Amino acid sequence: MSEYSSNRIQNNPKYHQLVSQRDTLAWALSAIVCVMYFGFILLIAFAPDFLTQPISADTVIPVGMPVGVGVILVSCILTAIYVRRANSVFDPLTDEIIQESLK
Amino acid sequence: MRTLKTTLLAFITAVTLLAVPLSYAADSAAPAAAAPAAAVAPAAAVNPADLPINWHAVGMFLAFVAVTLIITYWAAKRTKTATDFYAAGRGITGFQNGMAIAGDYMSAASFLGIAALVYMNGFYGLIFSVGWLVGWPIILFLIAERLRNLGKFTYADVASFRLQQGPVRTMAAVGSLIVVIWYLIGQAVGAGQLLHTLVPQISYRQSIIIVGTLIIIYVTFGGMKATTWVQIIKAGLLLGGATLMAIGVMAHEGFSFEKLFADAVAIHPKHLEIMKSVVPIGAKANPIESISLGLTLMFGTAGLPHILMRFFTVTDAKAARKSVLYGTCFIGYFYILTFIIGFGAIVLVANNPEYVADLSKSILALKGGGSMPAVYLSHAIGGDFFLGFIAAVAFATILAVVSGLTLAGASALSHDIYANVIMKGKATEAQEVWVSKICVIGLGILAILLGMAFEKQNVAYIVALTFSIAACANFPILVLSVFWRGLTTRGAVLGGYTGIFGSIGLLIIGPTVWTKVLGNGPAIFPYDFPTFVVLPAVLIVAFLASVTDNSESAQKERAAFNAQKVRSETGLGSEVGASH
Repeated sequence: MSEYSSNRIQNNPKYHQLVSQRDTLAWALSAIVCVMYFGFILLIAFAPDFLTQPISADTVIPVGMPVGVGVILVSCILTAIYVRRANSVFDPLTDEIIQESLK
Repeated sequence: MRTLKTTLLAFITAVTLLAVPLSYAADSAAPAAAAPAAAVAPAAAVNPADLPINWHAVGMFLAFVAVTLIITYWAAKRTKTATDFYAAGRGITGFQNGMAIAGDYMSAASFLGIAALVYMNGFYGLIFSVGWLVGWPIILFLIAERLRNLGKFTYADVASFRLQQGPVRTMAAVGSLIVVIWYLIGQAVGAGQLLHTLVPQISYRQSIIIVGTLIIIYVTFGGMKATTWVQIIKAGLLLGGATLMAIGVMAHEGFSFEKLFADAVAIHPKHLEIMKSVVPIGAKANPIESISLGLTLMFGTAGLPHILMRFFTVTDAKAARKSVLYGTCFIGYFYILTFIIGFGAIVLVANNPEYVADLSKSILALKGGGSMPAVYLSHAIGGDFFLGFIAAVAFATILAVVSGLTLAGASALSHDIYANVIMKGKATEAQEVWVSKICVIGLGILAILLGMAFEKQNVAYIVALTFSIAACANFPILVLSVFWRGLTTRGAVLGGYTGIFGSIGLLIIGPTVWTKVLGNGPAIFPYDFPTFVVLPAVLIVAFLASVTDNSESAQKERAAFNAQKVRSETGLGSEVGASH
């Protein structure tokens, strides 16, 4: 890639819009995954009794089990949210930026 | 090129033909009582002659090998350039790569291993299921698309994009190779034990030679195309097999989780403790170890070289992104299944004289060692036929993972060290591919030899070792190089080596190696997973070494960040994918 088109893209406000929108979403979703997962890990480390208590009086299933499965499911859902948003917003924006850099 | 292929094939055939009788001789020389020690628990001594051959397992395994060899033949005819060899011509679709990612990542350690952890420890196994999944969203949000846009064949391409090629690539290749070689040892030992247990007529050494030879054939001839399709088929088989097992367990339990867990608690010798313990049963609760384990599992996933390499096989960043979504869903689904399988094994396998080694001693310890619960569960559900199927699937799993690892190791040696460090980018494509094929053969033979050498070793630290280096060296340097303008060569190299040698050093003086393997008494560093110390140290070293670097080259490297950013964000200038 030539320096020229790289400079041209850097001067395109849409490029900065793309970077800031995608960074915001990516880091926000990463933060959600980390908070959720390390919340689970910190509970394991410091409050295991909370996670290992049964979900109700007449069962042996501990609270940690739906929580752990929940972390897996939410991770999959967040991945889907990112992909959906990237397909609908970031890809068209990227195409516009590339088209404009070639003019 | 044809003579080359013929020579290679002849060489490999000769090695195999020689190796099998040699290993027979070696096996008969070894004392009969010295049964292989399993990675997880000691195996029971078995006399192969007494046992019938499991023809279902052998037949299905041979069918899998036949199909994969046909695919390799097909792929070999279509593998001409370096891009074909390392990156399957960048023509893999998002869905295919998602399957291949799942096939590359869901190792026998996670299939048999998590099921075995749950079987022994109950709830504790879930921490691994969760930890090994949550790295995937991070890979998607921060790494996958940028990696595809910036790199060519290896993650070192990205780490060294605007930094000095020599030192950064060397560091990245050293990190990759240590991870790959130890991962290979773990897989080879697992393969030897598994195949030997399932088909006792094949010895541990022969099993490893069979695995090593197949891998060399797949990867040298078929490159990434063959590797990808082996992984895709294996992922399909594994997901299908695990689904059938989970359905079998749930059918036995009247499709009630309530009943499954209640029955497991009633049968397991530790009873309700399997729902109460957040550490391995019998271990003392250790908050710092739990946190360090959590960090290692999550960030280690995002730094495995054979996983990162998969993103170069797709057509563009969009396909890379899609492939993570598919991969994450397959892997998440699979880990939930392994959890059901583990509890199912407590109900159906434990206390069953057909599978338990000695009921008077323990109702949990199984014939053939600690990784067998999932395998016996298949027998309890579907008899010899289903056992044969799951055994073949487990073997396919090892082949697929080892193929990916071998290719990743060979690419670090040939693409990073040979072509870019030694030849400084002046090697021709043909030379580079030729070198990487030699490296594949070398790594394959190394895996066979190390697999044999580690037969009776305690290899329990391998997961901690590989994931720690991936989490402490590969992952942070990759993320910093992509997101932080200030990173310089000095920061990347010092930070990376801090991660590599910090992890290795602390593991050596940690409880598993210092106390259990070396027998040196109480460990100097009291934790099995060093990530909670090493990862922050890497970030601090990389930061300080970068900001204090005011050399001319460092300023150029910072200035080059903008152009790198444009390419990583827009894909402009990135390696072109195959057109459809």
